[in-house]
Amino acid sequence: MKQLGGKVLFLDKDDINTDEIIPAKYLNEDSKKALAPFCLEDLVAPGFDRARDLPGKGAIVSRANFGCGSSREHAPWALEANGIRIVIAESFARIFRRNMYNCGMLAAELPFDFIAELFRRFSGQVTELRVDLDSMVLRFESKESGALEAPLSLGGFELAMLRSGGWLDFAAARY
Amino acid sequence: MGKTLAEKIFASHLVEMPFDDTWVLKLDRVFCHEITTPIAIADLQERGMDRVFDPKKIKAVIDHVSPAKDSKTAEQGKALRLWARRHGIADFFDIGSNGVCHALFPEKGFVRPGCALVMGDSHTCTHGAFGAFAAGVGTTDLEIAILKGVCAFKKPKTLKIELTGSLPAGVYAKDVALAVTSALGMGGGTDYVLEYSGPVVDSLSMEGRMTLCNMAVEAGGTSGVCMPDATTVEYLWPFIGPGGEALFFTRDEALTEYSQWTSDKDAEYDSVITIDCSSLEPLVTYGYSPDKVQPVRTLGEVKVDQVYIGSCTNGRIEDLRAAAAVLKPEVRKGRKVHSDLRAILAPATTEVYTKALEEGIIDTFIKAGFCVSTPTCGACLGMSNGVLASGEVCASTTNRNFSGRMGKGGMIHLMSPATAAATALEGRICAARLGGES
Ligand code: SF4
Repeated sequence: MKQLGGKVLFLDKDDINTDEIIPAKYLNEDSKKALAPFCLEDLVAPGFDRARDLPGKGAIVSRANFGCGSSREHAPWALEANGIRIVIAESFARIFRRNMYNCGMLAAELPFDFIAELFRRFSGQVTELRVDLDSMVLRFESKESGALEAPLSLGGFELAMLRSGGWLDFAAARY
Repeated sequence: MGKTLAEKIFASHLVEMPFDDTWVLKLDRVFCHEITTPIAIADLQERGMDRVFDPKKIKAVIDHVSPAKDSKTAEQGKALRLWARRHGIADFFDIGSNGVCHALFPEKGFVRPGCALVMGDSHTCTHGAFGAFAAGVGTTDLEIAILKGVCAFKKPKTLKIELTGSLPAGVYAKDVALAVTSALGMGGGTDYVLEYSGPVVDSLSMEGRMTLCNMAVEAGGTSGVCMPDATTVEYLWPFIGPGGEALFFTRDEALTEYSQWTSDKDAEYDSVITIDCSSLEPLVTYGYSPDKVQPVRTLGEVKVDQVYIGSCTNGRIEDLRAAAAVLKPEVRKGRKVHSDLRAILAPATTEVYTKALEEGIIDTFIKAGFCVSTPTCGACLGMSNGVLASGEVCASTTNRNFSGRMGKGGMIHLMSPATAAATALEGRICAARLGGES
C-alpha cells in the first residue's frame, strides 16, 4: 500500500476553523488550484509565519477541534493545493473530517498527551512524518529529536477512502 | 429499550452499511445554494454525471450574495440557475422570491418531521427544529446526494439538552443558543445530534426552535432536533392540511402521525445536560469563538461601528418584531441609531420582508436610521452588504464570530435582535431595558 508523508507544519491552536483555512471571500474561485495562495491567510497562531512555514509541507499537526465552522470542502482542497494531504490533531469537526476522507486524504486523531509530546519535541524543527498504512504506524522524525511513533487506528470507511482515493467514485458506482 | 428520534430516522432511512459504523441513508430532501453547489455541479459535469436523482426532492436558492456583487458571484448564480432549469428543479428561488436558505426552505413547508436531509452548508442543522435529521455536508457528499439521493454518516450519538424553567422577559432563543454553546464548548457536540427538550423548547415558536437548532453546529453538533408537537403542526398546517397537500384533514391526525418522530421515553442518551433558563439574562459573545459568552451586563464598555440584524439565525419575522419593539418607542420620540454607527437590517426572506412591511416594522427600522437590505446572507459571511474594515466592531445577530468572518481585522459580537437594537440606539453594547425601552 502507498506511503503517505511529508514535512510537518505545526499549528499550535485549538479550534482552527475553515474560515482560517480558507476565507469565505475565496469561495468563488473556480478551481482548487486557485485556492493555493490564500490557504491559512487569516490564521493567527503562536509562532506561525505563513510565508516561512507553509511552503514545502505535506502534513499538519494541530490541537483540538480542527476544521470547525463552515462545511466548505475548499478547506481540504486549499491544503491539498499546497501539498498537504494529512492532518493529525487531537480531534476534528465532523464535516471537515468527512471531507478529508471523501477526498482520499488522511485526518487522524491522536491523544492529547501524544500531541503535546509532538509539540514539545518537534515544533520548530524540520520534522518528517511517514504514514505506513500496512503496519498502521505514524512515524515522526527530526535530526535533533530522533523518531517517535504512534499507532494509527482507522475504521473501514477511512481505510477504503484512502485506498480508493475518495467517496465519489465509490458511491457513484454503488448507489 | 427505546430509541431517540435520530436513531428512528437512521433506522427508517438506512440503505446499507458498507463499512462498520457507516450508515448510508436515503434522503428526503437535498437543499442547494449558489456558493457550494456550482463547484459540485461542475465536477459532476466534468465526470459526465450531470444528473439529479429526483428534481422534486431538490430545492435550490441563490441567497449568499444576492444580487450578485461581482463577476465571480454572478457566475455562481448563473451556474445554479442554469442547472435548476436544465434539470427541471421547480423549487428554485431567485431575486424577488428568495431568502436565506435555512429560513426560506422551512417557510415553504419543505421540512417535515422524520425527514432526512442534507445541504452543502454547516447550518443545515437548523431544519432539525421540525423533528428532522438535517446535516451540513461538503462538496463530495453534496455531489452524491444530488446524483444518488443518499448520504453516509456515522451512527449519531444523541446529547439531550434539557432546557428547564422559563425564559425571563428580554431573554430570547438566541440567548439560550449562546448559553448552550458556552456550556458545550466548540467541539463539545461533535458527532452528536443535539436534542433540545423541556418546557422552554415546548414554549418556543418554530422560529425560536430554528434559532436554537441553527447554532447546534457551533458546538460541533451534526444536527439539532426538537420534537414535533402542536406548534410544529400549526406551522406546517398550510402545507399539510386541506389547503395544501391535504395529507391530513385535522391537526390531531397530523399530530398523531408526527408523534412517531419523537424520542421514546425510555430512550438511552449518550449524554445529558440541563440548563435552567429561568436565571438566564441577555448574553453576548466576546473574542473569536461562539462559545466565549458572557452576560451583556458584565461586558463593560464596547463601542460598535456597525449593527447587523439578519441571517439564518435571527432574520425571521419574530426577530424583526423583537428588535422593532425596542426601536419603536425611541423612534416615536424622534430618536435614531447612534451617530457613530451604521445599522443594517437584512430580512431573511422575501416573505419576512413583506410581513415586516405590512406590520410597519420596516418603517420603524428606516425611521430609526437602519439601511434595509434585500434578503441575503450578506455581511454574515463577509462577502457583501456590510463587510467590516479592520479594527471595526459589529454587533450582530448572526451565529459566527470567527476572526475575519465579516471582514479582515473585524470583531463580531453575537447577540439577540433585541440586544442588537438597543445597542444600535446606544452606540455601545447594551441590553434592551424591559418594557421595550432602551
Ligand atoms: S446567513 Fe450566514 S450562517 Fe446562515 S447560511 Fe447565510 S452565510 Fe451561512
